[in-house]
Amino acid sequence: MDSMAVIKQTFFQECEEQLSELETGLLEIENGDHDPELVNAVFRSVHPIKGGAGAFSLDDLVHFAHIFENTLDLMRSNRLQPTPDVVKTMLRAADVLADLVRAARDGGGFDNARTEVLAQELAALSNPGGATAAPVKEEPVDLTQFRPVPIAFNFDEEPAAPAEVPKKTFTIQFKPKPDLYAKANETGLLLRELERLGELRISCDTTEIPLLSELDPEGAYLTWTVELETDCDESAIREVFEFVEWDCDLEIKGDAGAVAEELDVLALIRKVREAVEPDAPAAVETAAPVKAQESEDEAPHKSAEVQKFDANKADHSLSSPPQTTIRVDLDRVDRLIDLVGELVINQAMLAQRVTEAGLVRGSDVTVGLDELEQLTRGIQDSVMAIRAQPVKSVFQRMPRLVREVASLTGKSVRLFTEGENTEVDKTVIERLADPLTHMIRNAIDHGLEKPEARLAAGKPEEGLVRLSAAHRSGRIVIEVADDGAGINRARVKASAVGKGLISADAQLTDDEIDNLIFLPGFSTAEKVSDISGRGVGMDVVKRSIQALGGRISISSRPGYGSVFTLSLPLTLAVLDGMVVTVAGQTLVVPLTAIVETLQPKVSDVHGFGEGARVIAIRNMFTPLIDVGRELGYRSEAADPLTGVALLVESEGSVRSALLVDAIQGQRQVVIKSLEANYRHVHGIAAATILGDGRVALILDVDAVVANSHSETAYIEPQFDLAG
Amino acid sequence: MTEIIKSESGNGRELIAFRIGAQEFCVDIMSVREIRGWTPATALPQSPGFVRGVINLRGAVLPIVDLAARLGFPPAEPTARHVIIVAQIGSQIVGLLVDAVSDILTVTDGSVQPTPDVASEMAKTFVRGVLAVEGRMISLIALDNLLPAQEREAA
Repeated sequence: MDSMAVIKQTFFQECEEQLSELETGLLEIENGDHDPELVNAVFRSVHPIKGGAGAFSLDDLVHFAHIFENTLDLMRSNRLQPTPDVVKTMLRAADVLADLVRAARDGGGFDNARTEVLAQELAALSNPGGATAAPVKEEPVDLTQFRPVPIAFNFDEEPAAPAEVPKKTFTIQFKPKPDLYAKANETGLLLRELERLGELRISCDTTEIPLLSELDPEGAYLTWTVELETDCDESAIREVFEFVEWDCDLEIKGDAGAVAEELDVLALIRKVREAVEPDAPAAVETAAPVKAQESEDEAPHKSAEVQKFDANKADHSLSSPPQTTIRVDLDRVDRLIDLVGELVINQAMLAQRVTEAGLVRGSDVTVGLDELEQLTRGIQDSVMAIRAQPVKSVFQRMPRLVREVASLTGKSVRLFTEGENTEVDKTVIERLADPLTHMIRNAIDHGLEKPEARLAAGKPEEGLVRLSAAHRSGRIVIEVADDGAGINRARVKASAVGKGLISADAQLTDDEIDNLIFLPGFSTAEKVSDISGRGVGMDVVKRSIQALGGRISISSRPGYGSVFTLSLPLTLAVLDGMVVTVAGQTLVVPLTAIVETLQPKVSDVHGFGEGARVIAIRNMFTPLIDVGRELGYRSEAADPLTGVALLVESEGSVRSALLVDAIQGQRQVVIKSLEANYRHVHGIAAATILGDGRVALILDVDAVVANSHSETAYIEPQFDLAG
Repeated sequence: MTEIIKSESGNGRELIAFRIGAQEFCVDIMSVREIRGWTPATALPQSPGFVRGVINLRGAVLPIVDLAARLGFPPAEPTARHVIIVAQIGSQIVGLLVDAVSDILTVTDGSVQPTPDVASEMAKTFVRGVLAVEGRMISLIALDNLLPAQEREAA
C-alpha cells in the first residue's frame, strides 16, 4: 500500500472516531445537556473531517461538512438555540455525513437527494431570517442558494451582500504553542495569508525568549500582535487560523460590534483564570460562548463563576482522562489467555496432589498454595479483562437505527441508553450486534404504538425505548425495554394456534404465552413490513443468544410495555458447567441449559414405545434421554433410578430430561477447542481440562436432544480409509 | 507429504524409528514435536476405533491415534511403557500411540525404496517407502492420511 493510501486509511479511521463523537455529543445535547464544552466538542468533531477531506479533494464531503460546520458554529456562538428540532436535523445531518465518509472510503455512491435536502435544511437553520440579532456572517446567505461549488473562500466577492461593510481595524494577538510548529505550520505563512485580507502592521513580542542555554529548540516563545485594517469581518480572520486554532492562543479584537465584545470577555476570563490559578498551565483555548452582553465591569465578579466553569471542565477531564492505550495483536492476547488457563488448571492439579499427599491444612505448603490460588485467579481475571470492551461500540449503532426505523414506521421514538461502559468480551460484543438490532427494531415496530394510539392511551406521543447494560453476578445483563402496548396475548395465542404451534385448547399462563414469540416460525406482524417480520423472528435472536451461552427472557405488562432481558457470560473462554459422570466418563453440561435437577422415582418413569422413555415432571411428560447411550458409551439403557435427571431446555424452548449417572459438582471450566487438532464431534460442544489434568468433554445439549428426537442413534459414517 | 519435502535439508534427513508389535516404522523427525509417555485418554463418542480419545497436552486437546489399529494390527493395549509421538500434520497436532521408540536414523533420499508390490491396501495408503537399515526393514510412514479423512468438512 502506498503511503498516500495509508494516510487516507488513517483519515477514515479518524473520521469514524469523530463521527461517533459527533453523534454522542449531539445525543447528549438532545437529552438536555447544554454544556458549552459539549457544543464545542461537536464542532471540533466535524472540523477535522472537513479539513482532511479537503486534503484528499473529497469535494462532496467537504461541501456538506462545511455547511454542517457553519450551522454548528452558529450554535456554538449561541446564535442558534439547540431546540429539539434543530438537534434532530443535526443528527440526521450526522448520518448523512457518515454516509458521505463511507461513500468516499468505499468508493460507493450516496443518496444525493437526501444530502441535498439536509444541506438545505442546515442552511435554512443558519439562515439569517431567524430571530437571532447577532451579526450574521455572509456565508450562510450564500449557502441558502446551495450551489454545489467547491467552497470558495474568496472573500473579495463577499461584499455582494447588501450591507456595506466599513473598514474595520482588528487587533490580533497570536501566540503559537509548540504544537503548532510540531504540526508543521508556520507563522510566516499565516501572516502572509492575513495580509491578503487587508493592511497589516505586525509587531513581535520577543520578551519571553529565554537565554540560549535555557531555550527549548522545539518550544514556542513568540507572540505576534497584528493590526489589520480590513473590510472583512472577524470570521474571515478566523478562517486564516482555522487549522491552527487549537494550537495557539488567539485573540482577535475588533474596534466595534458585539463580536469583539464577546471576545473581550473571553480574553478577560482567561486573564481572570490566570489570576485565580497562577500555576495553571497555558490556558486552553476554550472559546466559551460567553454571552456578549457581559461587560467588562462585570468580569471581576465573575471569578467565582469562572472557577465553577473550570471545575466543570475538570470534571470533564476526570470522566474521560486521556487514556494511554496500546494496540496488541489479538492472537497474542489469546495465547496469554490460554497460558493463564493452563496455569489455573496446573494450580488446581497441584492443590489436588497436595491434598492427596495428606498434608495437613495450615501447613506451609497448603498456605502457599492458597496464596497461589488467589494470585492465579487474579491473573486470570486481569487477562480476561484485556479482551473485555465496553458495549458502547454496539450501543452506538443503535441511535441511528432508531431514527431510521422511527421514520419508516412514522413513530416518534426516543432512545435512552444506559451502562454503555459495561465491559464484556470482544467476541460477545461482536455477536451481540445482530440480535440487539433485531430486538430494537421489534420494540419500535411491534412494541410501540402509533402516535395517535399513544395519545389516546394517555401516553406522551414520543415512545421510549430503553437499552441498558449492567453487570450482575458475573454475567452481563442487557435490557431492551419499550413503553408500548405490551404483548397482545390474545393475538399471540391466536396466531400460535393458527400456525399450528399450539393446540387451540391449550391452557397457557401469561408467561408461557409471552414465550411463544420465541418459537420458530412465529411472527405476529400482521403484514410483513420492511423493518421486521422478514422471516427472521425472535427464535433466531434466542438461538444466537444461546449460542453465546446466554439466556433471553421477556416480561410484559399490557398497556405499559415489554422488557426483553438478555443475560450473557462475560467471556466465551470460560463456562459455568455442571460436572457429571456418565458411564465412567466425566462430562460437563453447560449450566445455562439446565433448568433443574431431580432424582427420578420409579413411578415417574414410563416406557414409551421401543426403547424410549419419558419422565413425568409435575405431571408433564418429558422425554428422558440416556446420555450414555446417546453418546455410544454404553449399549444398554441405564437404570434411571440410580441416576440423576437434568431437566434441560434446548433450542425452541423444548424441555427434555438428560439421564446421567451422578453429579460431581459445579465449576467454571476453560473452554478448549476440539476442532483445532481433531474435528467436530456430534453431541460434543468443546472440551475442557479438569483439575486432575484430564480432558473432559462439554456436552452439546441441543445436539443431543435433537438427535434423540430423530429416533435414530447416530450412525457414524464408515471411514473408508481415504487414500 | 509437503511436510516431508519441506523438511528435507541437503542430502541427509533424520527419521525417528519406532516399533509396533514386531514391525518397525519411522517418520520424519521434522514433523515430530515431542515424545511422551502414555496417559489415559478421554474417549470420544462417535469416533473411529483407531482414535483412542483425547489427552491434555499442556492445555491443548490432543487426539490420540492408535497407530497399530490404524495400520490394521490389533488395537494396542496401552501400558505405562507405551509412547506417544506428538506429530504435526498440516495445521493439526496429533499424538501417535506406538509400542516404543527405537532409533534415530540418518538416511539419504536415495536409500528409501519404493513400497514393495506385495503390500496391502493399508500399506499403500500409509507407507511412503521402505528402508533397509542393518538388515532390518523399516517402513516410512506418511502422516497426511492418518486422521480420518475429513471431517475437515464437518468441522
